[in-house]
Amino acid sequence: MANFRLNGESRELDIEPEMPLLWALRDELGMTGTKFGCGIGNCGACTVQVDGNAARSCITPVSAVEGRDVTTIEGLATALGGDELTPVQQAWIDHQVPQCGYCQSGMIMAASSLLARIPAPSDADIDATITNICRCGSYPRMRKAIHAAAAAMAVDATA
Amino acid sequence: MNKPKLSRRKFLLVSAVAGGGVLIGYAATRPSRHRVANDTLAEGGERFVTSWIRLQPDNRITVYVPHSEMGQGIHTALGQMAADELDADWELVDIEQAPATDLFANDAIVKGFGEELLPPFLTGVVNASALTVARIANLQTTGGSSSVRYTGENTIRVAGAAARQMLLQCAAERWGVPLAECSTELSHVHHSASGRSLAYGELAEAAARMEPPENPVLKEPSQFNLMGKAISRRDIPAKVDGSAPYGIDAHSEDMLYAALRLAPVFGAKLVSVDAGQALAQRGVRRVVELEDGYAVVADNYWRAKQALELVEATFESTENDKVSSAMLAERFDAALAGDNGSEDFESGDADAALEAAGDVLEASYRVPYLAHAAMEPMNSTMHIQGDRAELWTSTQDALAIKARAASTAGLREDDVTYHHSYLGGGFGRRLPFTWNVIDHAALIAREFDVPVKTILTREEDMRQDYYRPAVHSNFRAAFDGEGRVTAWRNRFTGPIQVPGAAHIPYAIPNQSIRVVDVETHVPIASWRSVDHSQQTFFIESFIDEIAHRAGVNPYQLRMDLLQEHPRHRNVLQVAAEAAGYGSGLPEGHALGLAVQESFGSIAAQVAEVSIGDDGRAIVHKVTCAMDCGWAVNPDGAEAQIESGIIFGLTAALHGAITIENGQVVQGNFPDYEMLRMATTPEIVVHLVESGNPPGGLGEPATPPVAAAVANAIYILTGQRIRELPIGDREFTLDRSLAGNV
Ligand code: FES
Ligand code: FES
Repeated sequence: MANFRLNGESRELDIEPEMPLLWALRDELGMTGTKFGCGIGNCGACTVQVDGNAARSCITPVSAVEGRDVTTIEGLATALGGDELTPVQQAWIDHQVPQCGYCQSGMIMAASSLLARIPAPSDADIDATITNICRCGSYPRMRKAIHAAAAAMAVDATA
Repeated sequence: MNKPKLSRRKFLLVSAVAGGGVLIGYAATRPSRHRVANDTLAEGGERFVTSWIRLQPDNRITVYVPHSEMGQGIHTALGQMAADELDADWELVDIEQAPATDLFANDAIVKGFGEELLPPFLTGVVNASALTVARIANLQTTGGSSSVRYTGENTIRVAGAAARQMLLQCAAERWGVPLAECSTELSHVHHSASGRSLAYGELAEAAARMEPPENPVLKEPSQFNLMGKAISRRDIPAKVDGSAPYGIDAHSEDMLYAALRLAPVFGAKLVSVDAGQALAQRGVRRVVELEDGYAVVADNYWRAKQALELVEATFESTENDKVSSAMLAERFDAALAGDNGSEDFESGDADAALEAAGDVLEASYRVPYLAHAAMEPMNSTMHIQGDRAELWTSTQDALAIKARAASTAGLREDDVTYHHSYLGGGFGRRLPFTWNVIDHAALIAREFDVPVKTILTREEDMRQDYYRPAVHSNFRAAFDGEGRVTAWRNRFTGPIQVPGAAHIPYAIPNQSIRVVDVETHVPIASWRSVDHSQQTFFIESFIDEIAHRAGVNPYQLRMDLLQEHPRHRNVLQVAAEAAGYGSGLPEGHALGLAVQESFGSIAAQVAEVSIGDDGRAIVHKVTCAMDCGWAVNPDGAEAQIESGIIFGLTAALHGAITIENGQVVQGNFPDYEMLRMATTPEIVVHLVESGNPPGGLGEPATPPVAAAVANAIYILTGQRIRELPIGDREFTLDRSLAGNV
């Protein structure tokens, strides 16, 4: 039995403890916002948050999230206490970041966790943290969107 | 010769929709190369609808576009084109992908749909067998950077303009006023003299009874309200909250998952399989044997994938089992040495000029195979129940892929319902003729009565691709006594996929460009920008060599030889000025440039490069000037250009698929590295509006970047790059060329 909280709700699954969280989410729970790209922890398409930290779900066995809080793209807004878009998601729209969009769930999860850790990241922080692949090459826009989200969150924090 | 003049009306269709709406379609005649269709549909005058606009009584408008959205923003761009011609209120416009039913538009049949069949058809759940449909393969293809250029310019705008004209006419008749006194704005017709206005929705029913206008007049650019504006893409909101559906996201409680392994040597057949251990694993239902591979089918993809590793299989041996990239390179060189090939382009007498030359420059270039590596691994879900089926897959051509799946599964095309989704990248991989695994997925699904989702692992996706071909190109240039280039001779390996890609815009009096076709067992296909991806690297590097040999600044030499090509000269100048060509650069930086026309657009790029402490090339900035005629959506255009540059630079620095023992060596991203956030240069884009018809944008930014970078490296190091990729090469600085920019 695997037990964890997914986007705030308790889940119990009768699956092997070594099953990667990615496939528990996608195939067992039908949560398809989290994507499969490489299966070896290299591309970041499958990024979710575990207790608020970015994690690549394709190499995270469900046993590693036992009793913990898992947030996926579907639950990102709720996890931050709202049901509207988060500042990161809004910045992604404002800067027209996604192209094919396939990498973007993972990108947004990674960027959100970066901003939670470092509220005003430098370009070097972004380079070091956002190591996900975007085959469509949306990186330049993504960088702008991360800075914009950081600025928006700073205003929110002082408001 | 006089071309027969066709009125647009012949291709316009108007039909009532149940509930008081009107549907205006633009049809194309069936392309004659699709012979299959001719056999089943010999009626004269039938037409195929490619684009639809639907006007509803509630004043909303739906634009049905026949192309796949794979990130290029095509749904929004085509929507803008229709809505602008219609003078529609953008807020009231919805955009949907046209269902993959190739309903042929014999007017009578369309009218028949009007009452009953259209509404379900429009929601995409039509019972396709109720329609008499044509078998066509290309009207929903998305490729060749063609959607805006052809569909947009030729069909969607015409349908929009026709609709607007009909609405104007209806209103004028209703009010009993001259049409010339009426105007349209924001989904309303106005009669300013009397202060009256009507919403389009109120006129839809009347419009449905009208004949379409003979030759609807398209707007002049000065009249555009939506075209040419950076409007937010409609597909983006769903792509930031995880709700956008991709083919791989098809899901049902009872579905099964297949992990596939195909013969590692292309063309080999499966001999035997020992599935014992795999079958004993939890959740595994069956091991399906196929002609050239096998699949493990389980109730969860991870279980299928794990069990796949436990299957012991043998494949028959083939004559290619020992083939390596090195052997193929020898084969290419031998072919070029031993065969003068067939003509691609000849003018003057290049051989005589080389004979008579004061100086001859020779160089051999080569590029490796490349995989597409779309972010969404290739996949397909099919649910076959008796003689009917449903299909979910991300494809660049829904109609053709449906036809292919149906035929493999032994079903009638009309009995397969295709469900649209976004594509997690296409780049040529998801064109129907190279989307091979669709067949495997259909054959696997046939074994079960529940939906089966077949997904390629990343490794299989990379090893079972259709690749950008490996190509060799041998050049010779002749110079006269004054150092002027008098001949350009090129022998390169084929096949040619895009005719003309090896031609040059440069005014060199004697040219001989010939291709030698070389067979290999490695499957090849279109890869973003197709032949231009390699030819531009070759041409724009060798012209740079010519400039340096002649002692002329490479920018100047290009400008001198491009007298006949003002658009080329213009983008070169814009890019060079924007990049600061010829002015001060940071210490240790150099600029390289390249220019290329492809798919109706002309791109000039300048790369700013330095050599890092580890000897590796660092690309700091790429400046691109793009003459795409005019851009329907400038922000979308810029996004495509950024994307194209990153795609081309990824290949230039890292891309190589190599063959050992007949098989692809690379399997996953660490072996086939991508540009990432940290390695992506600053990109500066200048759109140059030349007033020419809109050019393509999905591909034209990809070709020039490799040569631009390589030309900069030459200035920094004196080393000429004649082979890609270069990301792992170590260079030594050589300051002697620094003065050449
Ligand atoms: S799918 Fe998990 S990192 Fe690529
Ligand atoms: S948007 Fe296509 S992979 Fe990133």
